[in-house]
Amino acid sequence: MATIKATMPGVFYRCPSPGAEPYVAEGSDVSEGQTIALIEVMKTFNEVKAEVSGTVTKFLIADGDEVSMGQDIMEVDGA
Amino acid sequence: MKVLVANRGEIALRIVRACHEAGAEAVAVYSDADAGARWVELADAAEHIGPSPAAKSYLNVDAVLAAAKASGADAVHPGYGFLAENAEFARRVAAAGLTFIGPPPEVIEKMGDKAVARRTAREAGVPIVPGSDPVSGAADAERAAAEIGFPLLVKASAGGGGRGIRPVAGASELAGVLATAQAEAAATFGDGTVYLERAVPEARHIEVQVLADGHGNVVHVFERDCSVQRRRQKLIEEAPAPGLDPALRTEIADAAVRLARHVGYRGAGTVEFLLAPDGTYYFMEMNTRIQVEHPVTEVVTGVDLVAEQLRIAEGESLSVSQSGIVLDGAAVEVRLNAEDPDNGFAPTPGQLERFDLPGGPGVRVDSGFAAGQRISPFYDSMLAKLICWGADREQAFARARQALAELRIEGVSSTAELHARLLADPELCEGPVHTRWLEERGDGAP
Repeated sequence: MATIKATMPGVFYRCPSPGAEPYVAEGSDVSEGQTIALIEVMKTFNEVKAEVSGTVTKFLIADGDEVSMGQDIMEVDGA
Repeated sequence: MKVLVANRGEIALRIVRACHEAGAEAVAVYSDADAGARWVELADAAEHIGPSPAAKSYLNVDAVLAAAKASGADAVHPGYGFLAENAEFARRVAAAGLTFIGPPPEVIEKMGDKAVARRTAREAGVPIVPGSDPVSGAADAERAAAEIGFPLLVKASAGGGGRGIRPVAGASELAGVLATAQAEAAATFGDGTVYLERAVPEARHIEVQVLADGHGNVVHVFERDCSVQRRRQKLIEEAPAPGLDPALRTEIADAAVRLARHVGYRGAGTVEFLLAPDGTYYFMEMNTRIQVEHPVTEVVTGVDLVAEQLRIAEGESLSVSQSGIVLDGAAVEVRLNAEDPDNGFAPTPGQLERFDLPGGPGVRVDSGFAAGQRISPFYDSMLAKLICWGADREQAFARARQALAELRIEGVSSTAELHARLLADPELCEGPVHTRWLEERGDGAP
């Protein structure tokens, strides 16, 4: 089990835009380098990329919540 | 009067100051991240309105209204950004029996829809950039483009403030850009309506400050030049616009007053124009709120725009008449943002370790922060606005250069050095420049 961490502080978003489909859902597979979420820092949107490949088992933070640097975002079961 | 200041940062403090000067009480609001902020400390009372993300605090209409009610405020000042141009918010403030310090909701709505605003300007006899009504599909857009000519811009009807604009260089790009722009507008603004507008090359951004009270008085407080921009965001603003022919100045200002009168404006507002090199000018949009760069107007006219907003909201007449508003000298404002110009202007939240502010004759600094405070990642990156007045433009620039040399910001990056370089640039010092000047010279490139 690995966790993906926030690389910057800000506001966490699971979707590319309001009302859009989330980048990834629990239970789906991600590959290294894939965009899995956005973090808004001072009105600038930054893509969060998966550092590992595997299956997303759990999101550890809700859409629109505050996230701090290094905070765990999601759990991934390594492939 | 007891005013709920429904904003944060420097503009919240600006409003607190104006309230106190007018003998009114000011109630601040704050999110988790802003507990202990300077504007909270300096207000007479404060209400917590929610978690740090703006959507859960400063943009949360229910939370802001609950704060107004809990504090016993009888008016709400929205500042700029956040809920300032949200007609629904203005309606709900009024429905709660409070005074919204701004124009009537119908006017916010009319000017907020850029396509409707263009139509309204045309009705008022104010020139608009040649363009189309909202376009639906590619065929529709091609027909409209044939009349307008290239290059042109695809603009989101719900956009504004430089957002929701995409350039089209030639006919072959049109269909593709149109589809992208519609999708982007739908995602960003919740409304995919777009229209086409002719691009005006080498245009300056000239905007006119207007004030209107509830007694039929509408005045202009002269113009500002905000042509130094990066990606359509203003970096440096001036008043008056350098080198503007006096007859043209009067003509543009009169056009702004005509529009404000036509829409039944009330409060402080700004009518933005594009000014082409040949002297033709076109209405761009109207901002129905106080503007970030309002201080340059204040220091060259002596008119306190926020104080006038409060007077108007209380049903009083403007304290000034058109003939009593005269230009005195020149002013320049630079926006000091917590961004790193050497790293693509990446925002740099963090702790303000050092924040030594400049002083001296003609120097004004508007900031919501103090040394030791945290610049949080949740909101915009503005640390402070530096406004310098001089008897002429040269003196205003010289004072701004000196002020920037005195400034010490540590703990976060800032745009101070970029500003120091720009204010010494021969082309800018000679002036005027157009809105693409900064990007074309490679400075502020992404």
